[in-house]
Amino acid sequence: MAECPVCGAELTLSDDLVKGELLECDDCGTELEVTNLEPITVEEAPEAEEDWGQ
Amino acid sequence: MATTRVGFLHSLVRKEEKLLITEFNKRPNVEMVMLDDRALQFDLSSRPQVDVIVERSINHSRALHALRLYESLGIPCVNRYQVSLTCGDKILTAVALKEADVAQPDLRVTFTESSALQAIEEMGYPVVLKPAVGSWGRLLSKINDRDAAETVLEHKTVLGSYHHSIFFIQKYIAKKGRDIRAFVVGDQCIAAIYRSSDHWITNTARGATASNCPVSNELAEISLAAAEAVGGGVVAIDLFESDQGLLVNEVNYTMEFRNSIDTTGVNIPDKVIDYVLSQARC
Repeated sequence: MAECPVCGAELTLSDDLVKGELLECDDCGTELEVTNLEPITVEEAPEAEEDWGQ
Repeated sequence: MATTRVGFLHSLVRKEEKLLITEFNKRPNVEMVMLDDRALQFDLSSRPQVDVIVERSINHSRALHALRLYESLGIPCVNRYQVSLTCGDKILTAVALKEADVAQPDLRVTFTESSALQAIEEMGYPVVLKPAVGSWGRLLSKINDRDAAETVLEHKTVLGSYHHSIFFIQKYIAKKGRDIRAFVVGDQCIAAIYRSSDHWITNTARGATASNCPVSNELAEISLAAAEAVGGGVVAIDLFESDQGLLVNEVNYTMEFRNSIDTTGVNIPDKVIDYVLSQARC
């Protein structure tokens, strides 16, 4: 169980969550990062940086 | 059977990393060691107890340096540092392709605003100005005339950081609404997609749609040649279809493939993991 830190909606979480995993809040669409597994905590994902991605 | 310890270098875990982790966890005798680049410290001698490292950092600069540091400790890495160095810089990629006689669009590299403008005028419009280091189609400029060239070059010179004053200028290829991304793992071109968009930038990160592209002999041949040119491993080749045949646009060393598994019917992470395990030093 975890709530979106932006809109407060309850998040749908899979059983195989990984620390660092990116999620999207179903309600507000905010991109979130799983920052801890026991207990589960999430934060807003960092903004894209200039050298991200391919 | 001995257990293979796989170091998984990452920061944020995107869909690609999750797919790889899920596939690794299905393999017997494989133990994952998560290496979050945000928490790492290197002292040039301490070695993580792993048999191979698969690099999946989202930041190019972190991946580049971490791979060099790990390789100095004798750890096999996928991809190798030299591959990340070459693929992470479009100029170094272009040189590697040229040295291997792999077809690519006409291009110029210049170091000043005035020489860039002169090169563009000589090449003819349109051209595409790209940062040497960059991804997801960001900060690409399609320049259709001299007015636009002068404006963009001035803005890059005045407003950009120093590496925006290394000008990588590529002849614009009219690509009829799509390009190709081909996936190479080791000595095989395992799959390819068309990336289609009404916009001239056809990155899926920018909204292009993916559809299956049959891997023809021509596509496999040039993709494997491009992969070999940059040092091999697990890479994604971006190609243009042109009147002169296929041209290699870019080579990506931490490839993104979330839109390409269902599209092609190929289990890309499974193939990647086979390759990573084949590189392990057990």
